[in-house]
Amino acid sequence: MTEEQSDFILRVEHVTKRFGGLVAVDDVSFDVKRGEVFALIGPNGAGKTTLFNCITGIFPPSDGGVIFNGRDIAGAKPHQAASLGIARTFQNIRLFEYMSALDNVRVGQHCRTRSKLWDSLFKTPFERREEREITDRAVELLEFVGIHKHAENYARNLAYGQQRRLEIARALATQPQLLLLDEPAAGFTPQEKVELMRLVDKILARGVTVFLIEHDMKVVMGISRTIAVLDHGEQIALGTPEEIRRNPRVIEAYLGKSA
Amino acid sequence: MIQVIRAMRKVWETDPRKDPNPLVYTIITIVAILYPIWAQLSTGGQGDFLISILADAGVYVLLAIGLNVVVGFAGLLDLGYAAFFAIGAYTYAFIASDHLLVTPLHTTVHLPFWIVLFIALFVAAGFGVILGAPTLRLRGDYLAIVTLGFGEIVPRVFKNLSEWTSGVNGISALDKPDLPFWVQGPWSGDPLAIVRDLKINSPLGFYVIMVILVGSCIVLVNNLRKSRVGRAYMAVREDEVAAAAMGVNTVRVKLLAFAIGAAFSGFAGAFYGAKLSLVSPENFGFSVSITILVMVVLGGMGNIPGVVVGSLLIYFITFIFLPALPPLAEEWASSLGLSSLIRPDGDWPGIGQEVQRLKFLIFGLILVLTMLLRPQGLIPSRVRAQELVKGVHEDTTIEDVNAETAT
Repeated sequence: MTEEQSDFILRVEHVTKRFGGLVAVDDVSFDVKRGEVFALIGPNGAGKTTLFNCITGIFPPSDGGVIFNGRDIAGAKPHQAASLGIARTFQNIRLFEYMSALDNVRVGQHCRTRSKLWDSLFKTPFERREEREITDRAVELLEFVGIHKHAENYARNLAYGQQRRLEIARALATQPQLLLLDEPAAGFTPQEKVELMRLVDKILARGVTVFLIEHDMKVVMGISRTIAVLDHGEQIALGTPEEIRRNPRVIEAYLGKSA
Repeated sequence: MIQVIRAMRKVWETDPRKDPNPLVYTIITIVAILYPIWAQLSTGGQGDFLISILADAGVYVLLAIGLNVVVGFAGLLDLGYAAFFAIGAYTYAFIASDHLLVTPLHTTVHLPFWIVLFIALFVAAGFGVILGAPTLRLRGDYLAIVTLGFGEIVPRVFKNLSEWTSGVNGISALDKPDLPFWVQGPWSGDPLAIVRDLKINSPLGFYVIMVILVGSCIVLVNNLRKSRVGRAYMAVREDEVAAAAMGVNTVRVKLLAFAIGAAFSGFAGAFYGAKLSLVSPENFGFSVSITILVMVVLGGMGNIPGVVVGSLLIYFITFIFLPALPPLAEEWASSLGLSSLIRPDGDWPGIGQEVQRLKFLIFGLILVLTMLLRPQGLIPSRVRAQELVKGVHEDTTIEDVNAETAT
């Protein structure tokens, strides 16, 4: 239990992921503190999303450990990671396109609800009560991200920015302790980016630790406490935004070797 | 009672152009009630034949509703659905007839229809799990091929295991359903009682059972659609990876969907066996699986009223309209004064025979035309209707993404 209450919600320890001969993530280690915003940056193809996939169980790491709340979850299945309290969004939005926004968020509550097949078929009082709670919570989350007006629309018919928000609402519906955002500001206007940063603050206020991948430096520097930098699968830097900004290896990775 | 009034008001208030479902349910209910009366009146009391046809069609409605759970909700293409139908029917044949006497067991089991219905349901669901467990890790096309294989194997097994199943001859003289013993009551044992031996032999009896079964299945599947489990099916259909990341155990959910579909099929199979009083491996071939799939797709995948209407329509076309076509053609020919066409002459086989040969061409044409005119099915779910309309938002989103990430 002492581990449960430790400062670190997530410890990535020497994680390596190989695809055949290709090493996508090479011996990466860092810790994510409870209640902070942790950012993972790096050029395209640096292995950021691969690392996310290793953490959320989309595929297991080839080597190393992923310690969540003091428990090694490397090799857990995605749905197990979700019920342990890790939620995520996707770089290319992966909503349930032909389900309403509300239903998307309802699905997010799957791992926190108990109705079985029997309850579903016969609409038992338990199921009715749970459905009401699910709906209430889903509406609350849609309001939280600001798209409750579109609750009945199909996810695919929402505007791009609304889809990103819906993905966050859906992830929050799993009642996570750690929320992984994969490029949440991609394709956003400056105005939307500001709104996103505000939303991240609100998420932190709910007691959820945020771990994000982002390209936009303004967003990253503005909201994160700690930053890790990946390049070609290797971790080349780890520190506060100030340290990262001045780190020569980071500058080199982003701007190329200057002559 | 209040619920009925509320339902009626809902039918009244919803615009059928927006959501045709309440209207379709009402029409189906009214037709189901009036049909036997109409059948008897229009034929002067000789309508048993007509009622019996619709009871048979009901078997296919049940099958289509079940397959809709697998294909329409969970998005798993199952091409061997008739296998579970066969398993249900043979389950009934084994434990509700004298047949086991001629098998190596040399004994008979006669369980009442109502119990066997549920045994068949669980047996079929069990086979669904057995088939599903190793194969549901496969996706889309691969799963379709595996189920296709299963659909071919099961009738073959029943055919070749003749020591147990009498092979091609099938099993006949299956028990007719009884009314449940509690309806017959304690007086049923009394030889002087008026209500005795309530065997259901009349087509009307089967029709009533069928309507009750179909009705309850529609209610159950509708409940399922709007529940936690149903939403998980649809999430898996939409995006398996995202569903898993939201905490849905995709393998288990798919297995459950598969088993539920199989259960419906087994249920329908037991009824089919009882009604026909005969099961034979010939009745469960690949064409049956495909027919059911056509019913689901043509009716409107995922939408239950659509599936019901689609299955009735396809049943009518394949089992009534097409067989009736050759004599009909002869009749038309003679009434148009072309009676020379009726007789075979050289290469010309006679119009009846010719139409007989072209039967499936006509069936195919009907299918092609319906799907061209209404690609989303007769009564589509809102989902499928949108899927086929080019999304305006989708295009703009793609442009947006590229525009922003390129900079």
